[in-house]
Amino acid sequence: MIRLTNISKIYQTGDIETVALNKVNLEIINGDFVAIMGPSGSGKSTMMHILGLLDNPTSGSYQLDGREVGNLSEDELAQIRNRKIGFVFQSFNLLARTSALKNVMLPMMYAGIPKSERAIKASELLKLVELGDRMDHTPSQLSGGQQQRVAIARSLAIDPVIILADEPTGNLATAQSQEIMAIFQDLNQQGKTIVMITHEPEVAKFAKRTIILRDGQIMDDNMKGNTKHV
Amino acid sequence: MSSFNEILSSALEALGLQKTRTALAILGIVIGIGAVIGLVSIGESAKLAVENQVSSLGSNLLTVSPSSQSSGGVRSANAVTTLTLEDAEAIKTDSSINTVSRVSPELSRRTQILNGKNNTNTQVVGAVPDYLAIHNLTIESGNFISQKDIDNNNKVAVLGPQVVSDLFGENNNVIGQNIRINRISFKIIGITTAKGGSGFQNQDDMVFIPLSTAQKSVFGSKSLSSIALEAKDKSQIVEAQDQVGYLLLKRHKLNDPTQADFSIISQQDITNIASQVTGTLTTLLTGIAAISLLVGGIGIMNIMLVTVAERTREIGLRKALGARRKVITAQFLTEATVLTLIGGIVGMFLGVILSYIISRLMNYPFTISSKSIILAISVSTLIGIIFGWFPAQKAAKLSPIEALRYE
Repeated sequence: MIRLTNISKIYQTGDIETVALNKVNLEIINGDFVAIMGPSGSGKSTMMHILGLLDNPTSGSYQLDGREVGNLSEDELAQIRNRKIGFVFQSFNLLARTSALKNVMLPMMYAGIPKSERAIKASELLKLVELGDRMDHTPSQLSGGQQQRVAIARSLAIDPVIILADEPTGNLATAQSQEIMAIFQDLNQQGKTIVMITHEPEVAKFAKRTIILRDGQIMDDNMKGNTKHV
Repeated sequence: MSSFNEILSSALEALGLQKTRTALAILGIVIGIGAVIGLVSIGESAKLAVENQVSSLGSNLLTVSPSSQSSGGVRSANAVTTLTLEDAEAIKTDSSINTVSRVSPELSRRTQILNGKNNTNTQVVGAVPDYLAIHNLTIESGNFISQKDIDNNNKVAVLGPQVVSDLFGENNNVIGQNIRINRISFKIIGITTAKGGSGFQNQDDMVFIPLSTAQKSVFGSKSLSSIALEAKDKSQIVEAQDQVGYLLLKRHKLNDPTQADFSIISQQDITNIASQVTGTLTTLLTGIAAISLLVGGIGIMNIMLVTVAERTREIGLRKALGARRKVITAQFLTEATVLTLIGGIVGMFLGVILSYIISRLMNYPFTISSKSIILAISVSTLIGIIFGWFPAQKAAKLSPIEALRYE
């Protein structure tokens, strides 16, 4: 459960103030699958950073899983990111020269989970994304789609409350994009909450709900139910 | 929080990925630690060598030397002839002196000596029979100067082995042959045993003649260049110094000890001075080596800053995934410390090898102290922490957004 109340983010560059988010109110219920769309400069990325606790809002309240997280210290934010948020990035952001298995184990290391347990959980997750036979491969030995599947496995490592995907198919070919979106849809059907930022309408169609941002405000909030792409 | 083992293994992994850079980065530390360890242990060896050498000159030895008399801050220039044979006799016989077992009056100068066409410039010492015992010398072949030689002003000479080889080369059968000192012919009656050693007061490179002959025929001087004394016991050295000083002041009719026209130096004094000199040199050289260590540390800091910049995205990702500042700091601090520690250990071996080679070349005893091992390890660890701190902090303070955006 996510609740944003009057969230604003203002960037100050010298004397110039840029309002990236302007008093945004938003509620995302558990099990939802939300696509956030909008032209560049609309505040999509800022929204993503604030939802992902990578940045603090200038004002407003952010409740994640029933807890106010609007203004916490850097280390507290790191801990909550670790326990409650799974990230999937456009450019995968896997550790190069590190095996798929170890990449998936990384968040569990920061959570203090014992090493043996990490390996078991990570290999289960890699099997889930159909990479059971490529656990020892490094990112450079995997295709883009496979790398993104490793990243999804990593985002699931600590059973997050929410999966945040920032243009997850932005660097992928169409076939691979479909694969990735199918995985997200599966996860959503299993009850995972997914928030995805995208500028591709075909990708947004996989979501249950589409939010359109413009000039830091929500212009359109469209619940359309699960309309599967054909 | 991940365990230390994991941080360490990931540090080793990261360093292993950039082998050339890692090797170059630690080179500064290797050279720095190597130089410090090498110089410290060479310094210790040199000190030991000096102590050995000084004590080989004679045990419980005191040396009385003439010195210029100073009055009212003005030193007179021509006062190096203040010690006489009578002074030496007085020390030997005066009732106030009960701590001195042997007395050896000496008159020595550097002089040209000749054997046919061969010549050498060496220390010619006018000596008495007690010289041998006081200076820990022994006779290899023939005899030393006897009381009879002194009484009769005999023109006889005892040669150090160095002088023999300088004048006669490989020919060892020199006893009975003649050499010329100051155009006076002397008959060789003995050769002293080689003592080895080098540097100051090399007793292998001396020629001994009777003191009476030296004073009357060779140097034409009634004075002495020094009086060597042997204290009865090590514990009586200071007392002997006082007794002899008092007697000589009285004999020279001086009231104020600061006006003394002689000085008495004990073996211990010489050892102290020599140790002080080598100690100062060692400190100076080690200081210079420490500067290279500092430069090495700055090199490590530079490399770590490059590493942090290169891995900005990785740091951002780790932070996004939940790494706290402490963890990032620990990761980069460990990498820096592992770098310097490897450098320290390699440098330590280098330093030990260096000091081994130099002590072999200089004929010093080779010592390797646990102190230098502890020094190498602790100093290199410390350098890693000090110079790794700033880059590690820089990494820990990166904002995850900025870091993830970084191309």
